[in-house]
Amino acid sequence: MSVLVIAEHDNASIKDATLNIVTAAKELGDVTVLVAGNGCAAAGEAASKIDGVVKVLVADDAAYDHEIAENMSTLVVSLAGDFTHILAPATANGRNFMPRIAALLDVAQISDIVKVESADTFVRPIYAGNAMATVQTSDAKKIITVRTTGFDAAAAEGGSAAVESVAAAGDSGKSSLIGEELSKSERPELTSAKVVISGGRGMGNGENFQLLEKVADKLGAAIGASRAAVDAGFVPNDLQVGQTGKIVAPELYIAVGISGAIQHLAGMKDSKVIVAINKDEEALIFQVADYGLVADLFEAVPELEKELG
Amino acid sequence: MKVLVAVKRVIDYNVNVRVKPDNTGVATANVKMSMNPFDEIAVEEAIRLKEAGTATEVVVVSMGEKKCQETIRTALAMGADRGILVETDDELEPLAVAKILKGIVEKESPDMVFLGKQAIDGDNAQTGQMLAALLDWPQGTFASKVELADGGVNVKREVDGGLQTLKLSLPAIVTSDLRLNEPRYASLPNIMKAKKKPLETVTPADFGVDTAARVKVLKVEEPAKRQAGIKVETVSELVDKLKFEAKVV
Repeated sequence: MSVLVIAEHDNASIKDATLNIVTAAKELGDVTVLVAGNGCAAAGEAASKIDGVVKVLVADDAAYDHEIAENMSTLVVSLAGDFTHILAPATANGRNFMPRIAALLDVAQISDIVKVESADTFVRPIYAGNAMATVQTSDAKKIITVRTTGFDAAAAEGGSAAVESVAAAGDSGKSSLIGEELSKSERPELTSAKVVISGGRGMGNGENFQLLEKVADKLGAAIGASRAAVDAGFVPNDLQVGQTGKIVAPELYIAVGISGAIQHLAGMKDSKVIVAINKDEEALIFQVADYGLVADLFEAVPELEKELG
Repeated sequence: MKVLVAVKRVIDYNVNVRVKPDNTGVATANVKMSMNPFDEIAVEEAIRLKEAGTATEVVVVSMGEKKCQETIRTALAMGADRGILVETDDELEPLAVAKILKGIVEKESPDMVFLGKQAIDGDNAQTGQMLAALLDWPQGTFASKVELADGGVNVKREVDGGLQTLKLSLPAIVTSDLRLNEPRYASLPNIMKAKKKPLETVTPADFGVDTAARVKVLKVEEPAKRQAGIKVETVSELVDKLKFEAKVV
């Protein structure tokens, strides 16, 4: 078995999501990592150090800036012949280009796997994680997106894979980036942070998220939010945790002013320890919380910050 | 321009989904079904293009058993012009759906196809991208804003780091995210009117598409249940538990 992992990266470095996918890939066979980007030599170098990676392919071309799906798919299809499995993280990027690759190869895609049972059988959540399906594909080539929280991260150091350049496969000319509004944050990435503190509708407005920021500073935490908080315009979309947002599974998840809709629980219920702070003692979030505190968040959160020293 | 919208009939998002005791799937008997919420957003966006005078016709497609007519009628009541039901009792995988949609696109020649970014049953998030690949059209997935400009379409997308805007040439595929718009409720007069709008029924075989499953569902199980823990009375008790019991801070 030979597995191609499509790396998530920012040209300069490898994103944590890639490390989790390498772990899933190692269960399937020899791991080759593809780094496709624009000026991505450093990311290619970093990929070669990941423990367990045999080979790194680098496609460095303007066509792969921002991993535009049209161009990524033709590139991966040009490389696909050598591999039995092609894996990418179920991130916004992976979710965008992988089905395109699958259709070009006339293969069904298995989305969002959390477990590898065998070379052709995988476990994946359906219905917002309210059911787990074990599925077996009959396609010779397996196209898979992987939920990062399902697998431990491979060590970022220790490997010494050969790095090889591959030819670019052209620009479709049908899609180009004309604007970006990216959140700038010094905090850890939401999807790989050890601690996440999230706010919901109960926060009342965007300014009140500063209360969470102060606690996050003490814990080295990432900030998250429920859909209600994002829809209300309190915080940007990229903070959303849930079925259709980001899936997180930190060591500690603190839910503040979040009622606990199924769609939100789908994004965080695999966290190791869950804390809920909500003034409504009937809130659904308490049904999944290890530690529940029925309290007014505007008193409890500043107190929490103080208690954490 | 003509706009095609694909909609799926799914278990209503408010229903508490239950796994069948024999582990073959989830219970759907006597369960409320609705249009996939992301598809409702896709329908709304297409109708707004028509109201703005940009789109001339909005055609809605659904696939599955006869009851999917209801889902199409909902879209017609919202303001779509006509419907196409691809009737089949087979469970269709995203790749088969994309192949059938390709056949419909070739027949209808729309300038844009709108779909929801994912259906809330299978959570696959594949069909739009697959259709784009099969047609060799550009794709704007997870759209939170769609603007026609300079003979193309600008699609603002929700990505992991924030927002990204792509300029796509037409024809193009757009899949809707939550914040693209807020779908309207159909009024009673419009629901009545929708009953008279044309709805054509076809089959997968009309497009020569093999719908045989590539992926076999071996079993469907309940996820591991999380037990509710304890209630703490004070913040200091909470911090104490986190430090000495859970050992996470």
